[in-house]
Amino acid sequence: MSALLKVENLSVGMRGSTGEVVPVLENLSFSVEAGRTMALVGESGCGKSMTALAIMRLLPEDFVVTGGRILLEDEDILSASPKRMRSLRGNGISMIFQEPMTALNPLFTVGDQIAEVLRWHCRAGSAEAEEQVIALLRAVQIPAPEQRVKAYPHQLSGGMRQRVMIAMALAGRPKLLIADEPTTALDVTVQAQIFNLLADLQQETKTAIVLITHDLGAVAELADKVSVLYAGRCIESGDADSVVRHPCHPYTRGLLGCVPHLKLGWRSPQAWSDLAEIPGMVPPLGARGPDCAFLARCRDASELCRSRLQPALEPIADDHAVSCWRKSELAA
Amino acid sequence: MTTLETSTPLTVESSGQPARRAASPGRVAFRQFLRSPSGVCGACLLIVIILGTAIGPVVYPVDPLDLVGGPFTPPSADAWLGTDYLGRDVLAGLIYGGRASLAVGAVAALITIAIGLTVGALAGFFGGAIDAALVKITEFFQILPPLLFAMVLVTLFGQKLTTITLAIGAVSWTSAARLTRAEFMRLRNLDFVKASRAAGAGDAYLMLRVLLPNALPPVIVSATLAIGVAILFEGGLSFLGLGDPNTMSWGLMLGQNRNYVLDAWWAVIFPGTAIFLAVLSISLVGDGVNDAINPRLRRRM
Repeated sequence: MSALLKVENLSVGMRGSTGEVVPVLENLSFSVEAGRTMALVGESGCGKSMTALAIMRLLPEDFVVTGGRILLEDEDILSASPKRMRSLRGNGISMIFQEPMTALNPLFTVGDQIAEVLRWHCRAGSAEAEEQVIALLRAVQIPAPEQRVKAYPHQLSGGMRQRVMIAMALAGRPKLLIADEPTTALDVTVQAQIFNLLADLQQETKTAIVLITHDLGAVAELADKVSVLYAGRCIESGDADSVVRHPCHPYTRGLLGCVPHLKLGWRSPQAWSDLAEIPGMVPPLGARGPDCAFLARCRDASELCRSRLQPALEPIADDHAVSCWRKSELAA
Repeated sequence: MTTLETSTPLTVESSGQPARRAASPGRVAFRQFLRSPSGVCGACLLIVIILGTAIGPVVYPVDPLDLVGGPFTPPSADAWLGTDYLGRDVLAGLIYGGRASLAVGAVAALITIAIGLTVGALAGFFGGAIDAALVKITEFFQILPPLLFAMVLVTLFGQKLTTITLAIGAVSWTSAARLTRAEFMRLRNLDFVKASRAAGAGDAYLMLRVLLPNALPPVIVSATLAIGVAILFEGGLSFLGLGDPNTMSWGLMLGQNRNYVLDAWWAVIFPGTAIFLAVLSISLVGDGVNDAINPRLRRRM
């Protein structure tokens, strides 16, 4: 089966005030098939959201794609006309944003906002649209959708708003859904509901999902494939199961160590270990040298690492590639 | 997040009761307006003034341009507020002049806002070269002294009420344009605008249906205040002798009688007070509207 979305060697840069271009994202490649989920994982500032915005062609001013291709069903998105792009957005690709509190227009009812998307993409009449809106709200499991249609965003809770966002993103029946940290702003219990909802909807609609997250638990549960980004570079990618079970790159290991495991009544409190952390911060834009970006924070760095450039992303197993000089030692 | 009112919990389906229709933002703002004492006072005063000019001729049927008696007749039973230097009735002048003054104010404010909104919205939405060009044009209009510029326009195109109205609109739109531009630039980068674009919204939809309604609150306030400013402007032009001599207006009454203020105070004081009260009431209403819809002043719930 050929991939629905193919990102090939995508590079994004930020144009500084003096005109020089600082790399934000370097040579990122991944692909997603219909009905599958691909996760992009990493800390804040690693370029995850920039990848999403580049695919939507909604990069902020000053950010430019400096290389690579993005293919949606073999159509190059980066060279599509603005008009073509407008019809692709919502219909070919749509996106769920991180902040449900601010991602809905406060002056219109949620029903109006979803109906508008239907009007653009499905040419639905108003009576028909209203019916479809209710059906969509029911599909995202909003109780009493007949009444919620007439609610304004401020009358809904964060979880409800995120469901409305999902309904809005799915209204145009997109082939690809980009979910940019869809649960970051929500309660833990609601997070699980939203992830389950996304998985259920994917089963029904066969939509491909690009899930941007730093929740490795969600990755293990939802994603088929995963790419771990660090400082704009992909440092580990592969089958989600194998990356989460046998992480190879020290950064991926560090990230997994940061996931809290609640095992109440299973181990005695004395035996609880402190939550791990990765000391330091992602190097800021412009301060990223040609050597391994993670070098300064890496516990396992050796003289060898310091003397060489950023390692290439090389396979260590079927469907599992790592960008690390010591991958074979660490994998062992 | 600031909300207009505490969220109304919608009735659950199973209770069998129909949910209360959620109050629209406009209705909420109106309710908020009724809570502002100065706004309500201003609105009442303004309604009295408008009613006075509307039904005045029925109660007091005198032509404002007719000579009803000798010049400088003090207020009496015949001419309730006296007569001016030509013997025209002052009260009739107030009634008919009010119509002209209020109409000029309202229409000039509309023109101001229409130009300002269009220029500001285009500049703020598109940015870049369009923005630079429109800002330069705005600045060009801004550096001309408005009253002087309006006087030139009126002298060039004739002392008619329509010319005066257009001239006032043409010289006073710059602040509305800057305000709208700033609002659009602020809103342009908000999440719901990006979300709307990501769902496939085109430029026209984004400008008219997403950005414009959200940018309106400060613009509505400035539109309200623009009416008062336009009335003052018309008064100023007429006072300087550039009013429409064939249409009675408050400013014209002031301008024509100002030399005789010591002989016939009534011919100057009454139109002056009328302008003062009208502008005051409009400012109070503007204040109340500001309290009701300005998100920065809105009380947090």
